[in-house]
Amino acid sequence: MITWVALVVVVLMLASAVAVLLLRSFVAAVAASSVVGLGLTVLFVLMRAPDVAMTEAAVGAGLSGVILALALRRLGLWHIEAAAEDRDRA
Amino acid sequence: MMSFTFETVVLIGALGLAVIGALGMVISNHLFRMLLALAIAESGANLLIVLTGFRAGGVAPILGAGDPAASMVDPIPQVLVLTAIVIGVGVQALAVALLIKVYQAYGTLDVRELRDRMDADVAAAAGVEADASQDAPAGGRPLSPAPSRGTAGFGRRSPAPADGLRP
Repeated sequence: MITWVALVVVVLMLASAVAVLLLRSFVAAVAASSVVGLGLTVLFVLMRAPDVAMTEAAVGAGLSGVILALALRRLGLWHIEAAAEDRDRA
Repeated sequence: MMSFTFETVVLIGALGLAVIGALGMVISNHLFRMLLALAIAESGANLLIVLTGFRAGGVAPILGAGDPAASMVDPIPQVLVLTAIVIGVGVQALAVALLIKVYQAYGTLDVRELRDRMDADVAAAAGVEADASQDAPAGGRPLSPAPSRGTAGFGRRSPAPADGLRP
């Protein structure tokens, strides 16, 4: 049973890790890397490491996602699809 | 068929994450994507370290909770990973700061454009005309024939297309 849960989570993590490299939008890539961190949290809980899971969820997925998203704004890479279309139309 | 256990699945996931991250750092053309790939490789390494301390049927290593006679999973790799996660975020913040400085200085984060602009900057600082390519270097000096073809054009993929960048 626990093996199947781990299998689903591992497949999700590997898929989003590939998505980080393939997605054109950097906002989506940052979100996908946060998905990798959250999958890691689930695996840590399954491996009886609740303290590591808490830290990974708070710092690895949360804080690092916030840092990267704020950096996207400073780097001029913050383009969400709808906003880009609005700018093109205007 | 090999035994399809929990440890096998997590091992495959950890190695896969490490490989995808390392591959992404090598093949990416954008510095920010390299940073994301670094974070992924780091996640794979953390997962691998925690997996080394895992023991099937073990309980969480918390004193006073549960049966004290039951076997625990090894807490040492978990403590190491706890530190590594926080250090990883610190490394990411430092890398982001460096990326912001690079972006302010050059206006791009694409590796190929950055290489061309840095070459132009170096040539301007040295007071020579920027060489268009390895075959047509600055001042028309022909280069001596390369002794080994493998390293002749190292680090230079194509002739610099950015003529408009020069002052």
